Amino acid sequence: MARLISIVIGAAFVFVLALALFGTARTAITDPAKESAEHVFHLHPESIGLPSAGLFGKFDRQQVQRGFAVYKEVCAACHSLKYVAFRDLTKIGYSDAEVKAIANQWAIEQPSVNPETGEAATRKNLPSDHFPSPFANEVAARAANNNALPPDLSLITKAREDGPNYVHALITGYRNQPAELLKEFPGAKTPPGLHYNPYFANLNIAMPPPLTSDGQVTYSDGTKATRDQMARDVSAFLTWTAEPNLEARHAAGLAAVIFLMIFVFLTWGAYQNVWRGIEH
Amino acid sequence: MSFPWAKHYEPKQPLMRWMDEKLPLPRLVYNAIGAGYPVPRNLNYFWNFGVLAGAALVCQIVTGVVLAMHYAANGAVAFGSVESIMRDVNAGWFLRYAHANGASMFLAVVYIHIGRGLYYGSYKAPREMVWLLGVVIFLLMMATAFMGYVLPWGQMSFWGAQVITGFFSAIPLVGETIRVWLLGGFAPDNAALNRFFSLHYLLPFVTAGVIILHIWALHIPGSNNPTGVDVKGEQDTVPFHPYYTAKDGVGVAVFFLIFAALIFFSPNLLGHPDNYIEANPLSTPAHIVPEWYFLPFYAILKSFTADFLLPAKLWGVLAMFGSILLLFFLPWIDNSPVRSANYRPTYRWFLVVLLIDILVLGYVGGAEATARNVIMGQIAAGYYFAHFLIILPLVSASERPRPLPNSITEAVLAKHAGTSPAKTAMAG
Repeated sequence: MARLISIVIGAAFVFVLALALFGTARTAITDPAKESAEHVFHLHPESIGLPSAGLFGKFDRQQVQRGFAVYKEVCAACHSLKYVAFRDLTKIGYSDAEVKAIANQWAIEQPSVNPETGEAATRKNLPSDHFPSPFANEVAARAANNNALPPDLSLITKAREDGPNYVHALITGYRNQPAELLKEFPGAKTPPGLHYNPYFANLNIAMPPPLTSDGQVTYSDGTKATRDQMARDVSAFLTWTAEPNLEARHAAGLAAVIFLMIFVFLTWGAYQNVWRGIEH
Repeated sequence: MSFPWAKHYEPKQPLMRWMDEKLPLPRLVYNAIGAGYPVPRNLNYFWNFGVLAGAALVCQIVTGVVLAMHYAANGAVAFGSVESIMRDVNAGWFLRYAHANGASMFLAVVYIHIGRGLYYGSYKAPREMVWLLGVVIFLLMMATAFMGYVLPWGQMSFWGAQVITGFFSAIPLVGETIRVWLLGGFAPDNAALNRFFSLHYLLPFVTAGVIILHIWALHIPGSNNPTGVDVKGEQDTVPFHPYYTAKDGVGVAVFFLIFAALIFFSPNLLGHPDNYIEANPLSTPAHIVPEWYFLPFYAILKSFTADFLLPAKLWGVLAMFGSILLLFFLPWIDNSPVRSANYRPTYRWFLVVLLIDILVLGYVGGAEATARNVIMGQIAAGYYFAHFLIILPLVSASERPRPLPNSITEAVLAKHAGTSPAKTAMAG
């Protein structure tokens, strides 16, 4: 009886699935899905081989500091970095005094209250503060950016597929819309106020090209600030902001894996020893 | 109950004797996972996975309890509190990555454990109750994993909660009311996040309780084995300790090796980038996908695209829940007297097809809904139901099994002598 009921229920599910399959197949023939411009022209980022990539990757402190310079001079005008504190900069090689100076001289001040009147005010940043947002709130950010919201960058390299490579590819990927695209998809012309970028998911991004010329940022370590170099460096910096404990993680991982390999070997030996002479 | 030749707990130390008189807890452990539990001598490495699942649960509870000390279940600060765990809490990144990947490890070993049960017929008499409790544990785990995924309050957390609780709105008439009642609002928000946190903390302990029942029920008939043949005498078994504690030790070591590799070298491999974006009810992600361990069920849900008597959505939800609930009836759907698929030449091949089928469903669950993928999913979902509900009862009635060995010892000796058990049986 149980088996009879089982077969009837099974047949019902299979029948409904067969109906659904028939419907899907018919739609696929009568009304096939059309190719979209995003589908055909979207590009995946090329690997830039950052030193932090790979199993035992480490940060290049110099590069991360250069990337911080790019963030400070270029990105920080629109993008917040709210999960990172000034004090965290000591981990990329700045001294306590340097961090204090960086915080103190930061262009945007920290929201605060006037200690006498209680009215809203601002004060200079302290090392313990997180990076202040360039906009007071989302409405202000959208109002200043053609209704687009510049995302917070703290986690951007983990919040995008293949993040570190994506950031570099996106920043350097601006170009004119290819003629073939407009020929194939006449409706897909980049709307005014947006910029064509094949690395962006829907091809049209609100952010104007941030790095427009070589030497836009002055590097203190003598590295030539080409656009490609600046994009690489800021991507290294944002890899650090998203995963500041990456080096500790890799080091602990190496130790853990070596320890556990010895552990596997020892347990295997114990197993062989205990079972000696017992066929199984 | 145990076999008559099981060793008896005889404490020699006065302290242990005293303890045994007052509270025989060491005796309980001795009989459950010590030398007092005789186990078939021929278990292969697939029998490690029950212990591994237990180890995974312990890891989840330990890391989870510490994470809960730092986490704040409030929609305004939940995402930020997870980031502060990652950045400012001592070894917080390790705890969080261990907990997130621990869920994947837990589900992975449990899937292998369930697969082991399917292949070797561990669900059959006299172990039906072990199997039923196992399915209850699996359902509890799925609920816990889902609610845990909501807690970081990223985009996939929020939209996953939206989609999963949306299933309830497929129930005719009262569905929407039930959904709102479950969420405590019209969309996932503070109320939902708080109750999910509360239940996410509660359910692992309920799971631990059901695991005790699962092991208790197992110890009445004793463990199954790769031949599926009952234990006949003392020569068929070895004491659990030291034999299987030693063998499980190897499994545990390998488990932690893989777990560590995941945590330290690729902690975000199994996650979705969108969950590093804070939840935003106004922005729907391009593709809402669950974690990998739910993908086959998600594919079944998505495969029902036709209305027939009931709306397609209700069919999908019924089928998705049905795909797990049918496991409860497995001991009675399959009434072949042979347990191990090693001796079931036809059923064995259908099991191989089922494994491929579930992998296909997993792929479809995470892939874009193109016509090709949808059709693939519909065929695979059809096979899933046909396998359990139609093929299994028919095969179990018609199949001619291969000759079984007379005993576990005979099968073991035959394997070592390089002859098949069948030949030994004929010769003997």
